[in-house]
Amino acid sequence: MTRLHLLAGASAFACLAGSAQAVEIEYWQYIYDTRVEAMDQLIAAFEEANPDITVNQVTFPYADYQTRIVAANMAGQGPDVMQLFYGWADKFIEGGLIQPLPEDVFPPEQIEEEFFPIVSAMERDGQYYGLPTAVRSLALFWNKDLFAEAGIEGPPETLDELIEIGQQLTQKNDAGNFEVVGMTLDMAGQDHQWWREVLVRQMGGQPYSDDYSEVTYDDEAGTEALQFYTDLANVHEIGTPGFMDEGQAAFRAGRAAMTIDGTFRLGSFSEIEDFEWGVAELPANAEGLQSNYASYFANAIGAGAEGEEYDAAVKFLEYISSEEAMAVWLDVVGELPARREAAMTDENMADPIYGPFLAALPYAHTTLFVDEAAQRQVAIDMANRVLLEDQSPADSIAAAAEEEQEIIDDARD
Amino acid sequence: MTHPTDHDTVPTRPLISQPRMSMRMRSNLWVWCFLAIPLVFYVVIRFYPTFNAFWLSLTDWDLMSDAEFIGFENYRDMFADDDFWKTFWNTFEYLIYGTPTSLVIAFVIAYYLDKVRFAHNFLRALYFMPYITTAAAMAWVWRWFYQPAPTGLINGVLGEVGIGQIEFLKSTTWALPSIMVTAIWAGLGFQIIIFMAGLRAIPDTYYEAARMDGLGEWAILRKITLPLLKPTMVFLVVFISIAFLRIFDQVYNMTTNDPGGPLGSTKPLVLMIYQTAFSSYDMGQAAAQTVVLFTILLVVSLLQLWVLRERT
Repeated sequence: MTRLHLLAGASAFACLAGSAQAVEIEYWQYIYDTRVEAMDQLIAAFEEANPDITVNQVTFPYADYQTRIVAANMAGQGPDVMQLFYGWADKFIEGGLIQPLPEDVFPPEQIEEEFFPIVSAMERDGQYYGLPTAVRSLALFWNKDLFAEAGIEGPPETLDELIEIGQQLTQKNDAGNFEVVGMTLDMAGQDHQWWREVLVRQMGGQPYSDDYSEVTYDDEAGTEALQFYTDLANVHEIGTPGFMDEGQAAFRAGRAAMTIDGTFRLGSFSEIEDFEWGVAELPANAEGLQSNYASYFANAIGAGAEGEEYDAAVKFLEYISSEEAMAVWLDVVGELPARREAAMTDENMADPIYGPFLAALPYAHTTLFVDEAAQRQVAIDMANRVLLEDQSPADSIAAAAEEEQEIIDDARD
Repeated sequence: MTHPTDHDTVPTRPLISQPRMSMRMRSNLWVWCFLAIPLVFYVVIRFYPTFNAFWLSLTDWDLMSDAEFIGFENYRDMFADDDFWKTFWNTFEYLIYGTPTSLVIAFVIAYYLDKVRFAHNFLRALYFMPYITTAAAMAWVWRWFYQPAPTGLINGVLGEVGIGQIEFLKSTTWALPSIMVTAIWAGLGFQIIIFMAGLRAIPDTYYEAARMDGLGEWAILRKITLPLLKPTMVFLVVFISIAFLRIFDQVYNMTTNDPGGPLGSTKPLVLMIYQTAFSSYDMGQAAAQTVVLFTILLVVSLLQLWVLRERT
């Protein structure tokens, strides 16, 4: 052995001896620049407070994310703490991917008192399986420059105004092609949530039974909601599906006056420099009924975490569910704090951007998906049958309801 | 190891004291040593999963819980599913329209390119370029070409000259052909090179003899060139067919918002398998779909063997 080797060996030994309890845990989430950055900041703060714990953040593209977790778990290489969409909870619990939170550190009563009620989607048989740092809701983004150009003062407050204002904002060229759409129509984006939890309810219906085991939008209200949505393109011509490929792309490019999107879009829209934009609550119906769709990614402890890694994981989860972490998340990602107290501050409520999102949380609904991608596909196809194949909304709704019920039944049996 | 040399004063010992292996055995041993690596690789990475897929197709495995044997239920569900048949026919649409079109275009280009001397290499490289480009990158470029005005290049030009818009990827009628065109274009480079190699392999003497006998160019093409290109064509037909049966990259990347859409009109089998497996985690069902695809590919390959045997 050379002297260098001896030195290296000695210093390595010294390091080990110096922090006998050094423990390393892995945190997994999907790649989204601002989320990764926020988590880097949180990890740095956590490690400073807990020098004996090292947290490694591992990220994957969203498209692969679930598969990676499942595959890693099978190989016994799963993360100690992971982020998961609330809608995956059933699958992850059943598959033994996550373990319940320890009740001494996270008492259920306290969770219910301090967090927004939508966290109950992570509770099974009185046990919580995860807690979110942040929650997200939908709002109407509007391009202030285009509004000013058209001489319109502010965003629409009702659905009727949405159509009227949308028509005034739409611009077409001589060939009859859209130059600017009044509003983006993008079922693959957030419109399917808007349709499901907002429009159906505003037309007097209910999209699902209370426990989300049964599809109930196959009625007049559902038909009316679909008619309203497809009429935006077919009758009122305030937009066209697929304009500029994606709704958010059209809005970013300044070619859409309005778009419905979530809090998670704030980070990327904040890079817009060509025009001013604002945020408003989703339009109410004529009777003033408002609704919204809220969702979140929760953090949970991996089934494989045990011993000192488990203790470190609990500690880390406690930190990333704290008010302090939520403030960082709001600042960096723009997602709303999941704790009432951290969210509903005067400052936040008065914020022109966060205000409208926060205002929606008390009346928001959280769809319990069994297979989000497949259920979204049902909504996309439902709209396309009307938009591309001239099927009647009633027939299309019936087909969609049947298809979605089958997906739910398959998953629940 | 030191070899005995002329300068050694000690008597040399024989290098191998054991009974000698024959030259043949030793070379065989070496061959198998080298073959073992890819063989093990193929068995573990290819063959085992392939055979395992047959078993999985008879189970309800969902990746999370243990697989349970459920007989042919996956197959019954699959054959009763309209979406499966739509996807099945989509796949054949890619195959039936894509293969002959590719073949004809590739041949015509190769035939004339073979006669061109000016900038020959440059032109050949130009045609080959799409083949070496990443399919995903290409698909995204085409996706933007196909957009409606003002972003889409093609529709932008159509708009300029006052022609109505074509809803390429947003139409249930045009989406599949639109995607197929990009796949054909991407594959052309390789096929042209193969055709040109085939053309070059035909001895000039045949052509010279034909010309002396006064045959026209058309007759030469029909009586000499095409018949002698048959092996090349058989190879290309099979190669292109398999490529179209396995089409995925183009479709997936051009329709990520609504994969295989609109309304499933562009969805090929491979995309369906991918979604069933990695979006719905229904591994059993996905395995059943894979077995169907495997069977189709097997039939196409066996057909190739049979056609080739006919010739020799």
